Amino acid sequence: MKHTLLGAVFAAAVALPAFANDYTIMAPAAPGGGWDSTARAMQEVMQAEGIAGSVQVQNVPGAGGTVGLAQFASTAAGDPAQLIVGGYVMVGAILTNASPVSLADVTPIARLTGEAVGIAVSADSPITDINGLVEMMKADPGSVSWAGGSAGGVDHITVGLLAKAAGVDPTKINYVAFSGGGEALAAILGNQVTVGISGVGEFLPQVEAGTMRMLAVSTAEKWPGTDAPTLMESGYDVNVQNWRMVAAAPGLSDEQKAAVAADVDKLANSAGWKAMLETKGWANTYLAGAEFDTQLAKEIETTTAILKDIGLVQ
Amino acid sequence: MSTFDFLLQGLAVASDPMILLYALIGVTLGTAVGVLPGIGPALTVALLLPVTYGLDPAGSLIMFAGIYYGGMYGGSTTSILLNTPGESASIVTALEGNKMARAGRGGPALATAAIGSFVAGLIATLALAFLAPYVVKLALVFGPREYFALMMLAFVTVSAAFGDSAMKGLTSLFIGLALALVGIDQLTGQARLSFGVPELLDGVEVTTLAVALFAIGEALFVASQGQRAEDGIIAIKGSVWMTRADWARSWKPWLRGTVIGFPIGAMPAGGAEIGTLLSYAAEKRLTKHPEEFGHGAIEGVAGPEAANNASAAGTLVPLLTLGLPTSATAAILLAGFQQFGLQPGPLLFATSPQLVWGLIASLLIANVMLLVLNLPLIRLWVSLLMIPRPWLYAGILLFATLGTIGMNPSPVELSMLLVFGILGFLMRLYGYPIAPAVVGLILGPMAEQQLRRALAISQGDWSTLVSTPVAAGILLAATLALVVPWIMRLRGKGAVLAQLAADED
Repeated sequence: MKHTLLGAVFAAAVALPAFANDYTIMAPAAPGGGWDSTARAMQEVMQAEGIAGSVQVQNVPGAGGTVGLAQFASTAAGDPAQLIVGGYVMVGAILTNASPVSLADVTPIARLTGEAVGIAVSADSPITDINGLVEMMKADPGSVSWAGGSAGGVDHITVGLLAKAAGVDPTKINYVAFSGGGEALAAILGNQVTVGISGVGEFLPQVEAGTMRMLAVSTAEKWPGTDAPTLMESGYDVNVQNWRMVAAAPGLSDEQKAAVAADVDKLANSAGWKAMLETKGWANTYLAGAEFDTQLAKEIETTTAILKDIGLVQ
Repeated sequence: MSTFDFLLQGLAVASDPMILLYALIGVTLGTAVGVLPGIGPALTVALLLPVTYGLDPAGSLIMFAGIYYGGMYGGSTTSILLNTPGESASIVTALEGNKMARAGRGGPALATAAIGSFVAGLIATLALAFLAPYVVKLALVFGPREYFALMMLAFVTVSAAFGDSAMKGLTSLFIGLALALVGIDQLTGQARLSFGVPELLDGVEVTTLAVALFAIGEALFVASQGQRAEDGIIAIKGSVWMTRADWARSWKPWLRGTVIGFPIGAMPAGGAEIGTLLSYAAEKRLTKHPEEFGHGAIEGVAGPEAANNASAAGTLVPLLTLGLPTSATAAILLAGFQQFGLQPGPLLFATSPQLVWGLIASLLIANVMLLVLNLPLIRLWVSLLMIPRPWLYAGILLFATLGTIGMNPSPVELSMLLVFGILGFLMRLYGYPIAPAVVGLILGPMAEQQLRRALAISQGDWSTLVSTPVAAGILLAATLALVVPWIMRLRGKGAVLAQLAADED
């Protein structure tokens, strides 16, 4: 144990400056969030599996990842050793912030993980199922206050899609944005709001403890760990997944792009990565190549449409 | 087993010599990295978390606790000595702490910060162990309207301390409030006052503004005085240690800071900076030495530092009882838990008591270790101030710049640092207090968001703001805090207040 520790300290102190990096991964967010933990998980597994000799993580927080994305697009161009982590939230942020740099300005490589969005209420709420909630929205959209993540993010988009699918005017939804999951959860548990919407993983421990009730999940299929119905099953045509991806620098040659894709493929199929997904509680939704490109294009299209419907994008 | 047995068991595990060594390594690493400018506790913990990966849960947790507390204390050291707060919670410490350091009392300032942190950490950790289930109920009572009321109380108490040149204090406050408007509006996702600059979308970073106004502004001011100015800095005057008077003036602020900081830290939207601000305002109001405030009053360091540490322990209340990570550091701590395959959540206390109590015991041990490590180092830290003035200020400029780049590597951030530095210089030149601007930037967005959330939930009904006893009670307290001094002034007691309102910066 002592040797491991000393080794780790020694490695941290000496290795970083001494060797050239194989990869630098930009997490376009502050330490502690989902993108940061994805980047750090990739770092750990790539090093442990010998996919890369040394991997560094760089945090560039700001504006739903668009600040980091813009910086990445300009400074990493043509460098095959640079990667950036991103996700669905970035798709929305690019649109709402009218970001001059979009995912078209980098080289998306693969979707790595994904999570369903869950809709849940506190255990003592009178609402028992998703249909009851939608009836309330139909009667008076403003009376249903939704606590979720940042405005224009995946939670907000899901509420908009649900309203639209149920025939409720999406501009009338009463969405209350909170920064950070903790504050939103507290508002739901304390019955400050009608209903909460967030990543399923944030709600599951509460559901297990009996303090919250999951009404529905947003993916096409049921989500492991909960028997809550999908929105599709409940009769609303909504299918949303909050995914995280990795992209490479713009301006790479086909060979360079293929090499990066091969390394990411090795990562995604490694035993270490699977173990990592297990500990972190992330679902493996690995999707690469042309299939990922098509999927991405489709999601950008639906997201643009719903953000216009909600009135966040002109 | 009862709570107490679990704690004793945890302490027994943690007193193994090997474990103590890990604690020492954690505290040392944490302090060393925390002292670097721009690296606050959250980043310190994120950077050092991999170091703990190879250890068993007990060793890993204790090292983690050491890094956490070490990182927090390291941040206070730079605030006090160099006026460059690394995170928003140590901004208030810089106010009086740096004044003390420049008057040759850096030793006592660092000592009262260290011992205050220790006392607060000790009491708050015990409170975490025994009161967490009750405190968390209180925290859940707080919704947007209650937070809004709390922000109003903070505004009133803190701005009462701005003093007798109300005009200058308010001007400075409004500069802060105006800057607070920059960036993406959290509730609608629309950009405000960002002029198409992507870096402005996230608003003005509090630490950037604080470092610019405090450190850069001052360096420019000192430089502008040239050779004419007498050397304002005395490295050491009197003892490096706290005198009997220092102790007498510190112990009550430590306790008050703990009482203020712990519950506010436990609230999901509380945040350590609110606790430090309220503690500072309370000390300024209660002190027997109002004339020293603004010139290095030891109470102004002791209280906020205790509040800061107590609120760090408070943050663990929602994390351990509800699984809610309410600060960046708590979110990283969550990641640390996950490496042992367990999810913090409402059932954590029931399913993994060993680990929870191990963590609490670790925090206690790390707290002691921090004191053991840092008290002897104070003499070394203070000797930093013996560096000749031009070098010292050059060093401060360098560290302030490095810290800003370290936190957010972008040219725009650097330009902001410079522009606000010049603003700080001008404010100093014309006698405007600096602190209200920073306070405005911290409290402004919180007050605005909570107010709008409360109104969104009530669908525009303003009476929601006083519809719960807690919200109404806090607003009443805020009103009293506003009105009572005014009545006192009318009755001819203005002299006392004028004294209370000693020049801020």
